[in-house]
Amino acid sequence: MLERPKRKNPVLRTRLPTLPPAARSRIALGLTAAAALGRFELQQCRDCGTVQYPPREACQKCLSIKLEWKAQPQDGELLSDTVLHHSNDLFFRERLPWRLGLVKLACGPTVVAHLHESAQSRVHVSAKLDRAGQAVLVATPSKETNMAEDRQLREFTCDPRFRKVLVTDGKTALGQSIVKALAKAGADLIWVGHSEPWKKFAGFDELQALKQVTLLPLDVTDSKNVREVAAEIGGKVDILINNAEYHRAYGIGNRSGIETARSEMDVNYFGLLRLAQEFGPAMRSRGADGLASAVAWVNVLSIYALANFPPHGTFSASKAAAHSLAQCLRAELRPAGVRVINLFPGPIDDEWNQLLPPPKVAPAALAGALVKALQEGVEDVYPGDVAQEWLARWRDNPKALEKELST
Amino acid sequence: MSALAELAQGLAKGKIRVVDLTETLSPEFPYISLPPEMGQAWPFRIEEVSRYDERGPAWYWNNFSCGEHTGTHFDAPVHWVSGKDLPNNAVDTIPPDRFVGPAFVVDCSKEAAKDADFLLTKKYLADWEKKHGRIAPRSWVLMRTDWSKKSGDAAAYQNYDETGQHTPGPDTDAVKFLVEERDILGFGTESIGTDAGQAYHLRPPYPCHYYMHGAGRYGLQCLKNLDQLPPSGAIVVAAPLKIRNGSGSPLRVLALVESK
Repeated sequence: MLERPKRKNPVLRTRLPTLPPAARSRIALGLTAAAALGRFELQQCRDCGTVQYPPREACQKCLSIKLEWKAQPQDGELLSDTVLHHSNDLFFRERLPWRLGLVKLACGPTVVAHLHESAQSRVHVSAKLDRAGQAVLVATPSKETNMAEDRQLREFTCDPRFRKVLVTDGKTALGQSIVKALAKAGADLIWVGHSEPWKKFAGFDELQALKQVTLLPLDVTDSKNVREVAAEIGGKVDILINNAEYHRAYGIGNRSGIETARSEMDVNYFGLLRLAQEFGPAMRSRGADGLASAVAWVNVLSIYALANFPPHGTFSASKAAAHSLAQCLRAELRPAGVRVINLFPGPIDDEWNQLLPPPKVAPAALAGALVKALQEGVEDVYPGDVAQEWLARWRDNPKALEKELST
Repeated sequence: MSALAELAQGLAKGKIRVVDLTETLSPEFPYISLPPEMGQAWPFRIEEVSRYDERGPAWYWNNFSCGEHTGTHFDAPVHWVSGKDLPNNAVDTIPPDRFVGPAFVVDCSKEAAKDADFLLTKKYLADWEKKHGRIAPRSWVLMRTDWSKKSGDAAAYQNYDETGQHTPGPDTDAVKFLVEERDILGFGTESIGTDAGQAYHLRPPYPCHYYMHGAGRYGLQCLKNLDQLPPSGAIVVAAPLKIRNGSGSPLRVLALVESK
């Protein structure tokens, strides 16, 4: 069980962030691509069925080049373990001692894995993103093990426990569900933004009653306001959750003028840019600030960011723009070990999706998926049936999905 | 001495004071909000272009954006459907002599302090005229409520509750009286509209907009410092930006006041 970290002594130097080894071959990135979604995939030979590790160009048994990334069973046996007390790698050097082991996977290969402190004999192996954003293998006693409670494996998570979080919009049902889920997950302090502070919103009193919560006026369309809020709290934000969103229905022809589309861009795209410019620098400087370091940036995007949904066409375009910018942010936060997590939900069950038929993602379910993503060390989350289905169709054939959506 | 020379001398000697009736344009200043499915006016926003830095080494400047109806602003007749077909109904075509005129300041501050939904009535105006004299044609009538003293606190200034906004304004009969029987230039308030916060429920809805603009008259809102003006005798200078076919504009409103 992890103990509460001591309060930071604000006059001491903050350690600079370092990263574990990040270089991967293009083929090895297949492991990372699956891990980013929370999946465990290894290459398997289409000719002889042998499961491969480490990733390679040709089958280690029959030399066939027909290797496919496929989900594999995750159970294995710990063959041996060792505790590193010395490393020349800057990242591990600062985190010694470090426990590693050889695990014989039930699906065949023997792999080197980072070990949970109580991993013994039968273990569960998964691929997790490390601070460099690359997949590594982790062995835990079981599938349910909470990695964030382990000093060593906490490095692979962005667990909100003991951390200070900013949720940019507390006025929506989703924002309020996120705040409640974070409080339940043990976040120490949750700042909750609300725009147009003269309009008291439904749920205000309930939020204010949570002891972790501090409400503050925040409007992501106002650069000055974002700058001032960042100046006030930016140096303490460990996790930033940007759920501020402007969403109206219709595409190009059903609405005249560009004002609504501009508002969507102003909140969904420029809002993210303003937040990133103002909060990014301080978060980058605190990527290695102990057990409660700056650790994650979460964007609530939309499945429509992948392919335009014409009935909500301008909203889709703004989310596609935000997705592209989130990729830029991910690249810029990576050197600090701060992870950018993107959520791509299908339609949320809110007022702006009133006329869409179910299934729609319940705000509480989306909030649950968000917290789980923080705890489990993934990068891209497609919560809900609609998002999962769209993702499968998009991965299979993006052009086909476009055609399907345009009819 | 010519009238203008006298004015110049009055200004130079401090016999005539210039009172600023304008709120500062800033992103924090409250703005009108309509139901969220409707089109919205932009609030005031400002982005730095450069500040003696790599973006422009020797100069500081900003880009700002806002709607025509942001901050202290002028409403032209074309703003309302009732004034849409009038001649010279937009800020660029209104004759410039309408931008300078006498002001009659009706003090409703005590009533507004007691009742945020206070409505200025025809009777209130008649009583006021008994004390301060008849409102002259082609004058601004400014409703002093001291509401502007709340402008540092956006929540108090907007004064929303579950039934909407609560701010003072004129009732229908008062507006008709001012237009039809006093032939005024326009009506000005200290709150976010020339109409009361609950004026949606009056008949017609938003009577000040409906009748003032329908008769080719103007509006001023988000004024301040009305408590520094005498009941009559001040001259107001209120010239909106010359936006082609503009329905209004933020502006600097100044009042010339004779010192006692």
